[in-house]
Amino acid sequence: MDFLQLGIGRWLHVVSGVMWIGLLYYFNFVQVPALAEAAKDGSGAGITKHVAPRALFWFRWGALATWVFGAIILGRHFLEAFLFMKSAYYPIGVGAWLGTIMFFNVWVLIWPNQKKILGMVQASDAEKAKSRRIAFLASRTNTMLSIPLLFFMTASGGLFRTAVWG
Amino acid sequence: MKNPLDTLWGTVISGLVITFVLFYIVKFAMQ
Repeated sequence: MDFLQLGIGRWLHVVSGVMWIGLLYYFNFVQVPALAEAAKDGSGAGITKHVAPRALFWFRWGALATWVFGAIILGRHFLEAFLFMKSAYYPIGVGAWLGTIMFFNVWVLIWPNQKKILGMVQASDAEKAKSRRIAFLASRTNTMLSIPLLFFMTASGGLFRTAVWG
Repeated sequence: MKNPLDTLWGTVISGLVITFVLFYIVKFAMQ
């Protein structure tokens, strides 16, 4: 049972996390600057039509899978981590909260607003402009939070834990 | 004041600051 929950669970948590955060970095470090550049000569249509919807698909489902596998790994210690009930769970508790805030941002702020921006749902130009700002700030917030998130995730197990927290 | 999240460097530096602050809070709380 430990093999499935902790061995396979942690592996899948990392695989789906790479998918999620990798695409988050793609959006922030590649796609947003590329679209800003493309706006100057009107050549961004291919990105918004063919690339962005596919990237968003794997991004949001990667986020869900990462959160679910994270919850599976925590298992019966889920509440101890989230409610900071034991000091041993403080580092992973902080990581879990950061991941949960980021997961919320993906499904509640980024994805519904991206649907308006990409024309998947009807929206006026004013609504699209507002959605663009909300989605942008939520995405940048997640990029910012990914830095402490990855620190607390990698500093919460084994040799790394001992090295960081003593 | 400009929003630091409007630039990539502002975003990364903000992330590093939050990491630093949270690290010391957790380190202190675990003692």
